Amino acid sequence: MTLQSALTAKLDGTPVRSLKPAGNPRASGRYTRSKALRWLVRAVSLAIFLLAWQLLTAEHVHLWLRFTNFPTPIQVAKDFGKQLQTALYWEDVAQSMVRILTGFVLAAVAGVGFGVLVSRSKLAEDLLQPLFEVARPIPAIALVPVAILLFPTNEQGIVFITFAAAFFPILVSTRHAVRALPTVWEDAVRTMGGGRIRVLRSVVLPGVLPGVFGGLSVGMGVAWICVISAEMLSGNFGVGYRTWQAYTIVDYPSVLVGMITIGLLGWVTSSAVELAGRRATRWLPGEARTSR
Amino acid sequence: MTKTAAMHLSAQDVTLGYGTFLAGTTPYGTFLAGNTPCGRAPVVRGLNFEVEGGEIFVIVGSSGCGKTTLLRGLAGLLPPASGRLLADGTAICATSPDRALVFQDDALLPWRSARRNVELPLAIRGVPRRERAGRAAHWLAQVGLAGQEDRLPRELSGGMRQRVQLARTLAGGPRAILMDEPFGALDAQTRATMQRLLITVWTASPTTVVFVTHDVDEALFLGDRVGVLGAGGLTAMITVPHKRDPGARSAPGVTAARKNILALLGEGAPQGAHNHQTAHAKAPVIAGMG
Repeated sequence: MTLQSALTAKLDGTPVRSLKPAGNPRASGRYTRSKALRWLVRAVSLAIFLLAWQLLTAEHVHLWLRFTNFPTPIQVAKDFGKQLQTALYWEDVAQSMVRILTGFVLAAVAGVGFGVLVSRSKLAEDLLQPLFEVARPIPAIALVPVAILLFPTNEQGIVFITFAAAFFPILVSTRHAVRALPTVWEDAVRTMGGGRIRVLRSVVLPGVLPGVFGGLSVGMGVAWICVISAEMLSGNFGVGYRTWQAYTIVDYPSVLVGMITIGLLGWVTSSAVELAGRRATRWLPGEARTSR
Repeated sequence: MTKTAAMHLSAQDVTLGYGTFLAGTTPYGTFLAGNTPCGRAPVVRGLNFEVEGGEIFVIVGSSGCGKTTLLRGLAGLLPPASGRLLADGTAICATSPDRALVFQDDALLPWRSARRNVELPLAIRGVPRRERAGRAAHWLAQVGLAGQEDRLPRELSGGMRQRVQLARTLAGGPRAILMDEPFGALDAQTRATMQRLLITVWTASPTTVVFVTHDVDEALFLGDRVGVLGAGGLTAMITVPHKRDPGARSAPGVTAARKNILALLGEGAPQGAHNHQTAHAKAPVIAGMG
């Protein structure tokens, strides 16, 4: 059971450090105690889940749902430990991270850029909006044939699909954030003699940040879905490819290791986005900040 | 007219609030210039007035009669549908740092500290970066906010935020200040303090002030002249007796002027305006007399 508890500690230990707001001034004794209690409850929840999983799989339970061939958490943990020591595992992780970060950063830049352009210029809106509205409902993963036709390498195709997935949530949230900006800020800057560029730099871009970060969070989630799917369909390496590969050779513990890896990577990246968002929007009024 | 520090403003047969776009431009004419939400702004017709340089000209009117529309016209945010708005004899066709607009509330950029808000017009005017902090501190001290430079707007009270806004406006060195019910959201005590502060800074550096309010007492305390805005434009122009004399609130001349203005406001409610708007316009007057 030591490995299982190690796994519990790992799953539980990561978020404690990455999600805790840095330097909270309200950390009174009472506050810390209730905080500790909440983390305990969260840990217990995970432990119960793992215990149930262990019992169901070790006993090969068959109650309509079939746990007969399902790997036990201990098998998965052992496999995870083994894989962590291979270079291949880390190469796959690095490959998937490079893909997702490239696609995501491109999508963030293009999404914010086009979102601002479309909502600030009627001409740009009429030129681009119909295009965006038709392209938006197409699931990014359905673009795999297009990616294969268009891009010289598989790699570029996968980045393109990741980009397409993250682009639309970011675009739409930016558009809404620009529309929701109070006109008084723009009027103020214009009556100080500020031109369009000044309004863009001093009002629009900082003012849309809270809305944009909502889109970035969603975008990051969708980007993971699509990078993994794209890797499963057309990759030669990467976490998604390796997971699918494990399935085709009936290596179920490795499938689950792949899934847990995807979950952890997704968690870390979206936490990073949320943390950056909170840092960038500290000026928001209290209730909007602490609603988490 | 010699070019003085304070600006001369005038309106000649001005109609404001019709249409969103200037005649002759395409709907795409305002690339990146933003959406001016004047389609639903109240319409003002038949405006004629002159504001002398260095004068405080107060406009009173009930809610929805177009006071804000008029100020947006003078600021250059809204082109007149007909007639001419002039600043020092030149038609107003765009915004200018010479004509600053002060808003009722929440016009500070919430992500900038008090100092950085005051630095903004300096940056727009091209003041070198190293000089900005010193000048901003000077103006914040002028409005009594020394030591509060690094606070964010959400950490300041409503009155303090309006002080920052005043400092920001003054830092830009405008020759005319257009004030849109700047103290309307403040409690009576703070409002009185802010009125005195405005007079202090105005005395120190006289600029033209066009001040919009629905508080008749405020109008009679601050103004050189009070214009009553109704459905047919400015329905009356009253020269204030005992200008800026806090002791003269109940002097006979002031009482008569107050009665006169209240009567005009009662009749001059815009067509189609609901009764509660008139009542709303009178409510602060009663509060202000206490």
